[in-house]
Amino acid sequence: MEGEGSRVVALYDGNGAITETKKSPFSVKVGLAQMLRGGVIMDVVNADQARIAEEAGACAVMALERVPADIRAQGGVARMSDPQLIKEIKRAVTIPVMAKARIGHFVEAQILEAIGIDYVDESEVLTLADDANHINKHNFRIPFVCGCRNLGEALRRIREGAAMIRTKGEAGTGNIIEAVRHVRSVMSDIRVLRNMDDDEVFTFAKSIAAPYDLVMQTKQLGRLPVVHFAAGGVATPADAALMMQLGCDGVFVGSGVFKSGDPAKRARAIVQAVTHYSDPEILAEVSCGLGEAMVGINLSDTNVERFANRSE
Amino acid sequence: MAVVGVLALQGSFNEHIAALRRLGVKGVEIRKPEQLRTVTSLIIPGGESTTMAKLAEYHNLFPALREFVKLGKPVWGTCAGLIFLANKAIGQKTGGQDLVGGLDCTVHRNFFGSQIQSFEAELSVPQLASQEGGPETFRGVFIRAPAILEAGPEVQVLADYPVSSDRLLSFDSPTGDKTENAEEESKVIVAVRQGNILGTAFHPELTADTRWHSYFVKMSTEAGEEATLSSLVPAQVSTSQYQLTRSDLPIFQ
Repeated sequence: MEGEGSRVVALYDGNGAITETKKSPFSVKVGLAQMLRGGVIMDVVNADQARIAEEAGACAVMALERVPADIRAQGGVARMSDPQLIKEIKRAVTIPVMAKARIGHFVEAQILEAIGIDYVDESEVLTLADDANHINKHNFRIPFVCGCRNLGEALRRIREGAAMIRTKGEAGTGNIIEAVRHVRSVMSDIRVLRNMDDDEVFTFAKSIAAPYDLVMQTKQLGRLPVVHFAAGGVATPADAALMMQLGCDGVFVGSGVFKSGDPAKRARAIVQAVTHYSDPEILAEVSCGLGEAMVGINLSDTNVERFANRSE
Repeated sequence: MAVVGVLALQGSFNEHIAALRRLGVKGVEIRKPEQLRTVTSLIIPGGESTTMAKLAEYHNLFPALREFVKLGKPVWGTCAGLIFLANKAIGQKTGGQDLVGGLDCTVHRNFFGSQIQSFEAELSVPQLASQEGGPETFRGVFIRAPAILEAGPEVQVLADYPVSSDRLLSFDSPTGDKTENAEEESKVIVAVRQGNILGTAFHPELTADTRWHSYFVKMSTEAGEEATLSSLVPAQVSTSQYQLTRSDLPIFQ
């Protein structure tokens, strides 16, 4: 199936591996994620923060009522943000605006679609609405991004219609360890898959509980078939560049920017770190004098709730 | 082998390099002003134009980019790149953004609206088809796309897209220039050429059809023949040891 002299594989021919909704082709949904590649998506809670993020060079903002660090600190049920707030943020900036819906809460997603949001994050950071099913994302015209901890989970989400994947990491902790674990897990599974005999892929697909056709496509491509961002615990420019060097296409920064001493400066530094992720000299330059980073949470503490384990 | 620079600050630069590779042309990532001197033609990819402008500003790329365009070296902007190359852009963020300029036209950023209004359309491209062959239409992928509202006399229109006039009226303009829009014709320009500057509002790098890339490479080769220095161009731009070789995303047809 591979084109000669090219590593690009065109697999989708109308009745391809991913069912398309008529209203919005999968290519258009993935297209926006492709435009976000090499960029930073920042969590913001009001229009002022959104403007700071835009001014720093964020390629999109995630509109929230509370950043994950506050959700952790305050507890209670975390739901979709007030649409009024999302609209205000949308009016304040020209870059794409994303918003979170609870896992399985398709009505929250319908509301977000109705107010013309650019991307929905079906997020484990919010309290689950359905502990068995995710949203059937094929029913929507807007694209979705979903979290994953490993290859199987990523491909299950893509099968459900996700047009973009991010690592789950551990949001609101300022601790990169989980995000590194998740991206390493995906990448090492893909490397194993690359070297696997075709006959063994059926059993492999079964063992990671992923659809066979998407597993096979991942094997051919040598990467996830959609854009793959890092998320959960990115707090410094070095964290962001680490995730890029591990093979991510871009970075989400949640609490890391606006829970730090100098948000504008840190935001700018992380944006530059993602573009120049492979240039240690620029990384050194942008990491200087950023003020206090967010305090962070040590994840060896068993009392810390793991958001990543909320869904499969 | 021809070498084409691709501005790699943010956005779909990998997709452009992949499309060039399919044509047997090497694309090199350009992130710093000094790297611009190593190439004779440049693609400014799609992405978020404000992000790209900020990154270009941080690393002082604008003077070098303006110089590059002024020297008449071939430059192609897709989507955000088109906004970069326009002399005038409306619908920008508060405070505006820097532009490279050079293309005598007015571009409306996010003309078609947010992601829910993103679409695909078969565009009639007679000029491209006559030079590159293939079908008379090209599959244009418009992602939160800009559109050209006005073009100067020297600008050659390569493709346009019909817009219903009530769409122009109902268009939710962030700058509040609804009346200005309403007077426009019910067609917007989506692909132009002015001398050695090519601009497309859609994303040929997201499709399997490489005719626009081939068209641009030919523009570069023609320009290269005129400029005698082109043979002296070093083919390699040093890439860092930390750079990964990346696989390409599939092309969703």
